[in-house]
Amino acid sequence: MRIYADNAATTKMSKAVIDIMAECMGETYGNPSSLHSSGQRAAEVLAGARESVALVLGAEPKEIIFTSGGSEADNQAIRSAASWGKKVGKRHLISTAFEHHAVLHTLRKLEGEGFEVTLLPVHEDGIVRVEDVRAALREDTALVSVMFANNEIGTVQPIKEIGALCRENGVIFHTDAVQAAGHLQIDVKEMNIDMLSLSAHKFHGPKGVGALYVRKGVPLFSFIEGGAQERGRRAGTENVPGIVGMAGALELAAANLEEKGTYERTLRDALIEGLSKIPHSRLNGDREKRLPGNVNFCFEGIEGESLLLLLDARGIEASSGSACTSGSLDPSHVLLAIGLPHEVAHGSLRLTLSSENTMEEVEYMAEEIAGAVEYLRGISPVWEELEKGERRHVIQ
Amino acid sequence: MLYSEKVMDHFRNPRNLGKMEDADGVGEVGNAKCGDIMKIYIKVENDIITDVSFNTFGCGSAIASSSMATEMIKGKPISEALELTNRAVAEALDGLPAHKMHCSVLAEEAVRAAVKDYYDRNGIPYHAKDFCDHNCAQCGE
Repeated sequence: MRIYADNAATTKMSKAVIDIMAECMGETYGNPSSLHSSGQRAAEVLAGARESVALVLGAEPKEIIFTSGGSEADNQAIRSAASWGKKVGKRHLISTAFEHHAVLHTLRKLEGEGFEVTLLPVHEDGIVRVEDVRAALREDTALVSVMFANNEIGTVQPIKEIGALCRENGVIFHTDAVQAAGHLQIDVKEMNIDMLSLSAHKFHGPKGVGALYVRKGVPLFSFIEGGAQERGRRAGTENVPGIVGMAGALELAAANLEEKGTYERTLRDALIEGLSKIPHSRLNGDREKRLPGNVNFCFEGIEGESLLLLLDARGIEASSGSACTSGSLDPSHVLLAIGLPHEVAHGSLRLTLSSENTMEEVEYMAEEIAGAVEYLRGISPVWEELEKGERRHVIQ
Repeated sequence: MLYSEKVMDHFRNPRNLGKMEDADGVGEVGNAKCGDIMKIYIKVENDIITDVSFNTFGCGSAIASSSMATEMIKGKPISEALELTNRAVAEALDGLPAHKMHCSVLAEEAVRAAVKDYYDRNGIPYHAKDFCDHNCAQCGE
């Protein structure tokens, strides 16, 4: 048995999307910038995809630009807002401590270029407080960037409220919706969003393609020089099959949003319940305000990478925020941001479900994870110290 | 694949796993904050390590490195165990990824710490500088 429970990393492409793309690659090979019939056919297909994406987000087609993925969209959104800020004398940027590195590393670079960055706390439940945003706003704040839902602990942020606050204060509001798009209802107008990033492969679409929504009137700068594609805001021949696949995947996701969400929540809640029975374990992130498929646990006394390897051997594919899986010596910045001590953050496990998972799989996972945790605790000197009382339990 | 087959074999089927109640020397290195703690137990007779076992909190390569290190010193004279290098442990595992070499260092240090403990318990003199300070050097703690 192979159980794929790492849908926040990427998703399996849906058959329908593969078919749409294969047809596009075979038939619609023209360059949308070409004047001949093949080119114009590709331009029409591209326009159709733009309309579809815009419709799902509640945006206008002109407000959608296609990118190579979520990271590029995040980079462009933040750098654009910063460039605008520089022009009008606003050098303060606000974001949160647990953003994706595409946001955090861009902000760090901008700090080196003379911007001031405030990273808001995300509290123990992994939720940004609107009041914290309000308190951080300054006369010279150019941008607020808060992710729609966190990629590790799945917590969903008060986007509409933060958006309203930013709108009142004339500050650009960007949200990295890479984990939310195709999984949660998004309406950019109603939610007061100025810029939004999304990535196709997180909702059963292809890799290497994403989109940036930019509200009409919000300045956007091009960072890839070349042709006049995307109305001069992103040069390079459009990835037509990828874009068509993304639009198809997003339409499918939107059409089944409620149904899939309800099903995934049922699986998620059963898995949370099953894993909660493991002693000295805890769910990370708010219990209710979380993505329908996200389960993130810490198990005291063990290390996450060895747990992942054991689970893989038992057919379960998951991920962890331990240092050993990050390639650095520190565990995930997200787990540290919600206040977990290093030694506990090392023992984290993220299971992200999709509607392709089943209740049988959930039951199997809960059982196998309990067994693997018990085995690793049995060989762990840390667990021995915890049990003897030489080390204090952090998770009761 | 991140790890060699040897690493995966020692991770999945660790040799000499478990606590030793009547050990003559116990060495513990690393710290939980860094995500790795290794504990090696040795039994010594006439300067020969007659038995060895380990418990480890850590990633796959930490568990595999501990397992391999115990195999490499079992039945060997103490003098040979003290010559065990992290490089030798890593080589015996058919290599470790660069950012995991730290695990083989811990294995070498755990072996030395166990010998030091044996020396301390038995009043055997040694040069203090020959033994590490039980701290995970990479963590700077």
